[in-house]
Amino acid sequence: MHSREKEPFVRIKRRDNIPLMQCIFIWAAAIALSLVVCALFIFAVTHSNPGAVYRSLVDGAIGTGRRTWNTVRDTSILLATALAITPAFKMRFWNIGAEGQILVGGIATAAVMRYWGGNVPTFVLFAAMVIVSILAGLIWGLIPAFFKAHWNTNETLFTLMMNYIAIQLTAFFSIVWEAKKGSGTIGTINQKTQAGWISTSFLPDVFGKFNYSINVIIVLAITIFMYIYLKYTKHGYEISVVGQSENTARYAGIHVKTVILRTMALSGAICGFTGFLLVSGSSHTISTSTAGGRGFTAITVSWLSKFNPFVMILISFFLVFMGNGSTQIASEFQLNESASEVITGIILFFILGSEFFINYKLVFRKGGKEETA
Amino acid sequence: MSEYAIELKGISKYFGVRAANEDVDLNVKKGEILALLGENGSGKTTLMNILSGIYYPDAGHIYVDGQEVNIASPKDAYHLGIGMIHQHFKLVDIFTAAENIILGLEDGQRVINMKDVNAEIHKLMDRYGFDLDLGKKVYDMSVSEKQTVEIIKMLFRGAQVLILDEPTAVLTPQETDHLFEVLRNMKADGKGIIIITHKLHEVLAISDRVSILRKGHYIGTVNTAEATETGLTEMMVGEKVVLDIDRTDPVDPKKCLEIRNLTCLNQYGVKALDDVSFTAMSGEILGIAGIAGSGQKELLEAIAGLQAGTGSILFTDPETGDTEELLGKDPLKIKQMGVSLAFVPEDRLGMGLVGNMGMPGNMMIRSYRNGRGRLLEQAPPRNLSEDIKDRLEVVTPGINYPVRRLSGGNVQKVLVGREIALAPKLLLTAYAVRGLDINTSYTIYNLLNEQKQKGVAVIFVGEDLDVLLELCDRILVLCQGRVSGIVDARTAKKEEIGLLMTRHGAEPALEAQAGQETGKEVQDA
Amino acid sequence: MNFLWAVFKGIFSVTFIQKAITQGIPLLYGATGEILTEKSGNLNLGTPGIMYMGAIGGLTGAFIYEKGTENPIGGIGILFAVIFSLLFALAGALIYSVLVITLRANQNVTGLALTTFGVGLGNFLGGSFSKILGTAGQITVYTTGQAFRTKIPFLSDHLGIVGQIFFTYGFMTYLAIVIALLAAWFLGKTRSGLNLRAVGENPAAADAASINVTKYKYLATCIGGMISGLGGLYFVMEYLGGTWQNNGFGDRGWLAVALVIFALWKPARAIWGSILFGGLYILFAYVPLSSSMQEIFKMLPYIVTILVLVISSLKKKKEDQPPASLGLPYFREDR
Repeated sequence: MHSREKEPFVRIKRRDNIPLMQCIFIWAAAIALSLVVCALFIFAVTHSNPGAVYRSLVDGAIGTGRRTWNTVRDTSILLATALAITPAFKMRFWNIGAEGQILVGGIATAAVMRYWGGNVPTFVLFAAMVIVSILAGLIWGLIPAFFKAHWNTNETLFTLMMNYIAIQLTAFFSIVWEAKKGSGTIGTINQKTQAGWISTSFLPDVFGKFNYSINVIIVLAITIFMYIYLKYTKHGYEISVVGQSENTARYAGIHVKTVILRTMALSGAICGFTGFLLVSGSSHTISTSTAGGRGFTAITVSWLSKFNPFVMILISFFLVFMGNGSTQIASEFQLNESASEVITGIILFFILGSEFFINYKLVFRKGGKEETA
Repeated sequence: MSEYAIELKGISKYFGVRAANEDVDLNVKKGEILALLGENGSGKTTLMNILSGIYYPDAGHIYVDGQEVNIASPKDAYHLGIGMIHQHFKLVDIFTAAENIILGLEDGQRVINMKDVNAEIHKLMDRYGFDLDLGKKVYDMSVSEKQTVEIIKMLFRGAQVLILDEPTAVLTPQETDHLFEVLRNMKADGKGIIIITHKLHEVLAISDRVSILRKGHYIGTVNTAEATETGLTEMMVGEKVVLDIDRTDPVDPKKCLEIRNLTCLNQYGVKALDDVSFTAMSGEILGIAGIAGSGQKELLEAIAGLQAGTGSILFTDPETGDTEELLGKDPLKIKQMGVSLAFVPEDRLGMGLVGNMGMPGNMMIRSYRNGRGRLLEQAPPRNLSEDIKDRLEVVTPGINYPVRRLSGGNVQKVLVGREIALAPKLLLTAYAVRGLDINTSYTIYNLLNEQKQKGVAVIFVGEDLDVLLELCDRILVLCQGRVSGIVDARTAKKEEIGLLMTRHGAEPALEAQAGQETGKEVQDA
Repeated sequence: MNFLWAVFKGIFSVTFIQKAITQGIPLLYGATGEILTEKSGNLNLGTPGIMYMGAIGGLTGAFIYEKGTENPIGGIGILFAVIFSLLFALAGALIYSVLVITLRANQNVTGLALTTFGVGLGNFLGGSFSKILGTAGQITVYTTGQAFRTKIPFLSDHLGIVGQIFFTYGFMTYLAIVIALLAAWFLGKTRSGLNLRAVGENPAAADAASINVTKYKYLATCIGGMISGLGGLYFVMEYLGGTWQNNGFGDRGWLAVALVIFALWKPARAIWGSILFGGLYILFAYVPLSSSMQEIFKMLPYIVTILVLVISSLKKKKEDQPPASLGLPYFREDR
């Protein structure tokens, strides 16, 4: 009954290491496959030639100077968010509360803009906006960290709940500060004076009328900072050790609680600052959808890049490119703009699945000999 | 029907490039107890994991009752009547004994009727003479009780072949005797039994035949009746090795560590250490013996600042004479007080090292705070890694290779090398040679002796009494968290220590007192 | 005092209790499904997405049926809706299962990606249906919606206040409670339930006891996903009466995940927990406050969940903790 025939057709072995080229090949294959599936999806709903659809996707993402800048702007915000949660992730602290931390940072920024805009010197205004946004995000991040550090309260679910508390807080201020009675929206803050707006008007015209070069420069600076912080500093080392093994951390004399609190403070602070960039540097208003799910997408960006800030640039750009492009498709074919979330989801599934082929190899049964693939 | 319950032919299994088993043959008859003998790391457990479906062999054939079979999963093993009792019990903590026993059973009963289940299990227990509370949760059980659950679980599902992976390592002699009795009953029942062990006297006491593995290779099989301890040892270690560890007399011993009335609770709130007092001297190796889980872990961790407790742990610098209280301080505080303490913990990759980091990252565990400013020093840990790699002959593709992928012996060299590089005054080691081959073990013994000669106070928690007796100067014996005696390792008998290890319920105060006295005698000498 | 009296009067009214139950039922479906899933060790944060998929699936099924016949019959509409809802939710759960169980992707990341996808798919199809299928106007399935809303005859209007509180709901309300009770019975009393719990607690032990860990994880996650999806179906059919509102389901999926914690992974506890959560969800409307302060009041369910989370982590009772292997992958040969 039991015979050689029953040997499993395929077995899974962990790879010891993988050549870089093979790794790149697997990724490229995953992205290509995901684009094929997206094309099928687009074709199914639009019945148009997928080639033409992809052309309009590229057009939507980088077709005009303005669109290109929008893509760059959104990339920088997504990147900033991914950078913000990365130290926490590396510590195995699942901060999925970036959404909420961004929102409270945004609320704080908007408050300063509304109440102080035009009343204080520009320098003071910006300093105040930056400080309060950072403080707000920091506090929002510290609350779950405090309970995690002291009682090991599940941080995934705690930070998740904090998101919705922040959303309700935003809804509250949307009514308190509403532009027109009953509208429930704030509208553009300081429309006339542009007080507290990050301005790029001093730059030469070659960048175009709408440009977000200051956002980009700031976020690139955060990228470099994060790379150094994680890799070359004592704090970064402590984060790695705590993330790998709390027992080892205690053994090494690392105060695990302190590291959890400090790291989440940093994570929350950068999220709060991202809220500042969103409100002051691009939208000039705040609503419950200001963070727009970036807190969640950023988790994937951080994870897929294996915590490497420079890889995050590529992944954020790719996801925003696809997302913005599909928004264009949606409007061109009068479809719902949620198409971009569907496309983002499909791409993420494929990239997540491809990780398996990087970490493991399959051993196939073949005539008594083994072949690997 | 075949005479053999199980036959293995030409089994090989590789982890990466390392061969855990290579071309291994093995068989066990029905109604026979086969001892599988080999040093730690000789591939015994891997081989048995292949038999029980945990690992899949890379090459070879398996026959059960004369039929060639394919064991791709524990389920296959189960259907073939192969039951394995692992060293780490595979039990669900929050389930009761009965729930664990019926777990995964396919007997057509979809709804659980606990009454019937209990009655059936009791029938089986009476047959073999087990004693167990079936309603007890596993998290409330002693190690021996958990092992009993595992064995009943296997018998309950009709196992014809039982594999026990070092079943006596965690048992008291009385419990071991009881286990052997049960095994003999099962043998009389016609079951094939494989017992993995490296304790020779047990092999001779219980088995019918002995098969020996060395470094993943099959060496041979002998009938126990014709076997001798020396013969088996030779087969096991390959060449005649006398356990001949150099031991010098302590030079100028001074009081280095004085522990007074130390009491600690473990993570479940149970007393792990109960009123422990003793003194450790500079320039000597103090051995700590005891059944696993007698408080060894808590004792070392309390000294290293990782375990809270009451009482007093006084460290005296043998050179300056400065005395510091260690209890209640964390490792960083202890370090900042200038107490030079090194600690080789039992859980190497889970506490002493970070598995995913290379050697430099692991060197930094002790040194990352060095250097001014917020940036890490890069060169010193790299240099230390290279130094340890060369000096202790660590086999690794490169110092940046993650240490978790190194073999057990090399992992230990990295850890011990780093701790010794601290130039400690007090060196704590827990099961420093567990799982290491003979050569690496000797490397470690030599390193410890070197430290002793430098005047370091070494505390060596061990499990092999022969090693403790030949390496240490004095041996402290722990039993259920209490000091049951401190003996002179040069004169003590193995049986004497064995007795102290199991002296449950003896007058604790007197014992501790006696221990103190013995300690003082050596001190005075 | 007036304030408290107003609140008191509000929440002890029949309509409040009815509304709390109505709000609670989708959470109960979501939580029951997620409990089964988590008992296998999979923390499926894709549940909110799966619930959206179940919702739009049900609408799609009923829409196809109602557009295809002259005189649609409610009962058949229900059949179409339920089958399509289950299929859509199953698709979502399968994506998660393949990625997490077979391809060993990270559970949190995969779950969140699934939520992005599922919510997007729901809103996309809900908003673009007419365009895709070439029909005009908003997608509504009136007949089927009404069929879902049919109350229990006689009992609902002849038993006075008892009838109003207990019998004025469509069949899916009772189905939710039956499923939750069945799940409790399954987990507590059956062999398979015992095996499933073992998989979530200690997959290596389950594996050694010859339980097919992969099979249990797949089945629990897929069946759990389908149960969660029914919560979405309930919402579009019985609550909205057979139509789609963009983001209408809102953050209820996350509340369902929160409810799992509140219920301490016990489906029977989730039944009353869901009604409590439903009540907290609408409490703001019964409090005489300005519209801005009402937004603050809407935080209540989340704050309560956080409190439960904190309290249960303080108590450290072994039986009340999450399944021990929750969130961790299992690979037999891993070493």
